[in-house]
Amino acid sequence: MTEKILTRNFGRADSHTLAVYRETGGYKALDKAAAMQPAAIVEEVKKSNLRGLGGAGFPTGMKWSFIPRGHTGPVYLVVNADEGEPGTFKDRYLLERDPHALIEGMIITARAIRSALGFVYIRGEYVEPWRRFSTAVREAYEAGYLGRGFDIVVHRGAGAYICGEETGLISSLEGLKGWPKLKPPFPAIKGAFGAPTIVNNVETLAHVPHIVNRGAEWFASLGTKTQGGTRIYSVSGRVKRPGIYETSVGITLRQLIYDEAGGVAGNGRLKAVVPGGSSAALLSADEIDVTMDVDGLKNVDSMIGSAGVIVFDETVSIPDALVVVARFYAHESCGQCTPCRESTGWIYKMARRIAEGHGRKEDLDTILDVAKRGAGTTICAFYDGAVGPYISYIEKFRGEFEALIPRA
Amino acid sequence: MTTGPGPTHRTPPTAQAGRAAPATIIFSPEQLAEVRRLQSLYPDKRGALLPVLHMAQDTFGHVSLEAETYVASLFALSPAHVHEVVTFYTLFFQQPKGRHVVAVCHNLSCHLAGAQRIIAHCKETLGIDVGETTADGRITLQAVECLCACEHAPMAQVDDRYELDLTPDKVGRLLAGLA
Ligand SMILES: Cc1cc2nc3c(=O)[nH]c(=O)nc-3n(C[C@H](O)[C@H](O)[C@H](O)COP(=O)(O)O)c2cc1C
Ligand code: FES
Repeated sequence: MTEKILTRNFGRADSHTLAVYRETGGYKALDKAAAMQPAAIVEEVKKSNLRGLGGAGFPTGMKWSFIPRGHTGPVYLVVNADEGEPGTFKDRYLLERDPHALIEGMIITARAIRSALGFVYIRGEYVEPWRRFSTAVREAYEAGYLGRGFDIVVHRGAGAYICGEETGLISSLEGLKGWPKLKPPFPAIKGAFGAPTIVNNVETLAHVPHIVNRGAEWFASLGTKTQGGTRIYSVSGRVKRPGIYETSVGITLRQLIYDEAGGVAGNGRLKAVVPGGSSAALLSADEIDVTMDVDGLKNVDSMIGSAGVIVFDETVSIPDALVVVARFYAHESCGQCTPCRESTGWIYKMARRIAEGHGRKEDLDTILDVAKRGAGTTICAFYDGAVGPYISYIEKFRGEFEALIPRA
Repeated sequence: MTTGPGPTHRTPPTAQAGRAAPATIIFSPEQLAEVRRLQSLYPDKRGALLPVLHMAQDTFGHVSLEAETYVASLFALSPAHVHEVVTFYTLFFQQPKGRHVVAVCHNLSCHLAGAQRIIAHCKETLGIDVGETTADGRITLQAVECLCACEHAPMAQVDDRYELDLTPDKVGRLLAGLA
């Protein structure tokens, strides 16, 4: 079993307080980072093979290095705590149980990218996490960790999945509706309020103090060749022990389901698994011998995304599940790009009538056609995230859909 | 957040459905100081729009067209801009809501754990449909997308709190306890 890093204190009473964080070695990495040049911190994080844990899996150190050299104006650090990917709940735990780890990670990151101001965008529904985190920020100010060259503003969202997409988040932070923006320019060049901005996920930044403390080699050695460290898998659905599991990113999906989460509940037989939040393509029961790192899932045409694992036992109806997923994307489409706005609603309608037993013969092919044509044509990756499930649910379980469509 | 096809973000402006707005849409001097403090935290004060809209909703109960116009004036923004923002987000209510909001998650993990039974039980107990408010103004019922507590499915948000591992019995007791 890998050592727990991010979750090591979760079982302790008052793990969210400054006192407990300090007792367990917290804020020690700050001294070490203070003695390092910004470029050396970026280099260390590059060598650690830390990859973004919010969804896209982009190498973190490399992202930081995109801040234009010689830029003299403000640079912002934005933390994505808008956790909304169905099946994901790890950031909620981090905000509630170890908020100071994020604050320390932010302070170090700010030094690396020369930022004096950070924003933490917390989804509006997360009231308790927001209170906990805000209290921790106050403690950090009183203790003098914040307010000496780096400030943190805690920002509450107001309910919109699309604000988890980094440029939608930036729009929202700027007081606009959460419409994503065309890239390029990427946020590192022109982000929040027009300034170079680094957007990172909560969990990504919570790793940073440990990398500084214990070194890039140590962190890299915990994972696979192309991704270092551990991460927190959120496991739910039909498993015996739903919950969060921190393990090496080299764990396989089979080990995660059977060794960590206690095996399949329901009728006990596995049918399919959503491996990385609902936007990741569905895997069938014979595809679970993959490593749960970025490349492991790319190899099976799915994605690790936010590492939200949802398990389906054999009694789960895939057509019913597709209705739920399709409703979600229809509801959350921001309406900016035509293919996404129109297709998500249309596909939801077709998925629903199929599940209700009055689908048309051509519906399945129409869904696949509409899905494939729209992929890659929109401003952000939201629609690609919808296409993953549309196609995989139907292609991998086509017979189950066909059985519901009246003949003749 | 409501059920139904298509994004509800683009719901056209609705009139106030004949309900009376609170007598005065105006912040106290302390609140106005808080507005200015919030605005000063952002490189452009417009960044404080969501926080101030949260304040407006907490103060006035919902964000009416009057409240939008008032908030717009505090930011030197057009009422149309504020309306566009308010209508985009699911947590802002444009109509008066119940004293309590019960938002039952019906996304994937909650669906697998029987969310539909929970929603059906709420509808039956309260005698209203999803998206409606009881006649006594006590409870607004919603079905919402993943609240990211799927390890405790089925679950719901009741006002500020997450209520976890629901059963019809448990949700019945919860509803009965809301004054
Ligand atoms: C539709 C959509 C939703 C997203 N939601 C989230 C989210 O809730 N949290 C998150 O950290 N990243 C989310 N992302 C990924 C972000 O755009 C971005 O890649 C990430 O925050 C960068 O941080 P990281 O490199 O540390 O992962 C989402 C992306 C898309 C396309
Ligand atoms: S599906 Fe209900 S909380 Fe995630």
